[in-house]
Parts: sequence; C-alpha cells; structure tokens
Amino acid sequence: MQSLRKEVSVMEFSEQIQVLQQNYLHMQFPSRSENEGLARVAVAAFVVELDPTLEQVTELKTAVSEAVTNCIIHGYELGEGEIRLHCALHEGAVEIIVEDDGKGIDDIEQARLPLYTSRPDLERSGMGITIMESFVDEFSINSTPGQGTRVYMRKIIQRDDR
Amino acid sequence: MKAEMNVIDRILIIRLQGELDHHSVESVRNNIEQTIADGNHRKVVLSFKGIDFMDSSGLGLILGRYRSISQHDGQMVLCEVSENLRKLFEVSGILKIISLYDTEADACRALGRK
Repeated sequence: MQSLRKEVSVMEFSEQIQVLQQNYLHMQFPSRSENEGLARVAVAAFVVELDPTLEQVTELKTAVSEAVTNCIIHGYELGEGEIRLHCALHEGAVEIIVEDDGKGIDDIEQARLPLYTSRPDLERSGMGITIMESFVDEFSINSTPGQGTRVYMRKIIQRDDR
Repeated sequence: MKAEMNVIDRILIIRLQGELDHHSVESVRNNIEQTIADGNHRKVVLSFKGIDFMDSSGLGLILGRYRSISQHDGQMVLCEVSENLRKLFEVSGILKIISLYDTEADACRALGRK
C-alpha cells in the first residue's frame, strides 16, 4: 500500500510539472474598449516567467491590443459580444488566440493589405493586421462570415542562444 | 490618456501622455480638433515623450490630424518618439509622410521658430 501511494504521488507530481511547464490562461470578456488594456496587460504579465525583453513585451502588448480592437470595432461593430483570449506557453514561446463570434471577414486578403480599412469613418489607420504580422513570429487569421473570427499568434520569447 | 497643449510662437505643441489606444483615442481626438479649430492653428507639433503605450489607433489619430491640418494649408511634425514606439512608426510607414524630430526644440525650429 505504502509503495502504491508513493507511485501515485510521483505521478501526480510529474503531471504537475507538465502543467507548470506549459502554463496557460483563458479569459473571456465583453466587447468593451476598456478591456483592450486589460487584455494586453494580462498577456504581458503572463509571459513574465519567460523573462522577455522590454521590446518583446511591447510588441506582444501591441499585437494583442490590435487583435482585441479588431474584435470590438469590426467583429461586433462596436456592439455587444464576447471576446475570448487564450494564451499558452510552449517551448520558450507564447501562443495566443483571440476570437469573437462577430460578423466575420468577407475578404481576408483585402483585410490584410496595409492601409486597407473597412472603417475609414472611424479614422482607422488600416495597419492593425500588418502590425500583428510584424510583431509576432507566426500569424494566421481564420474567419467565417456571419460566425466570427479567430486570430492565432505565436511569439518566440526565449531563444536557445540566450 | 491626456493631451497637454500649449502655444509657443504661434506653434501649437501637443504633448500626448499615457496609453493611446482605441479606448482613449476618441476623447483625445475631439480635444485636439477643438483646440486646433478654436485657435485656428496652422503649425502643430505632436510630442510622444509621455506615451507609455500606443497601437494603430494612435497612427489613425496622427494621420487624421495630418490630413485635416494639411487641408488647411498647415504643417504638422512629430517629435520625441521613444525607442519602444520606434518599430510601430517604422512598420507603419508613417515617417515617409510626416517628419519626425528628436526633440521638441528641433520640431519647433522646423516649423520656423527662431
């Protein structure tokens, strides 16, 4: 009995280690502009354990801010809705998903063009997606018109040579 | 988010402070537009010295003011863009359109201040 209990506790310990090695964060919040700041600060705090540089944190915060702002302005067109943010650490990188159940994007290639904006009336610069692409190492965007949009970003924080 | 504004030698200097994102941009924009209209300003310096965070909403603000000031035959320049904002400005290409100076004094000289 004694040894079995020991084995169980070893297993639990190794599971805990795995969880510790792959920390994650899930957030859901309403489509309100004050949550742009909340989302980027949460992600910045989440990656601290990877010991990022100030530059990396700034880039990450900017990319998250763009993604969440797009959900609010374009996904939900400044109306009500829910935004979900998922982050996970994996092998020295952070993976981030920002998704909404909003109106979706009809033409993703057009949306990706620098300076293109569907809302010039709101004085948008049309640079949001270009900035996300430049500030992270991997970026992809999936959208179904009428159902929502999901942005995936991956940023390497710790490099092997550091 | 705050915009501290004062006028020196007929140049309107706008010192942006805090976090400039979609959430904060509208009130700052209204504030700046009102000041420019009230004072009939034709020369404007935008300083980013006090900016802690900025995203593409800030780029929209800059381009919008540049457009409206240019339409009134005015001039607008930028100054004091810190290291952590530099990449945002470079990626956006905004510096190909609007001049950037290191210091507020340099920016004012570019607008004709002796």
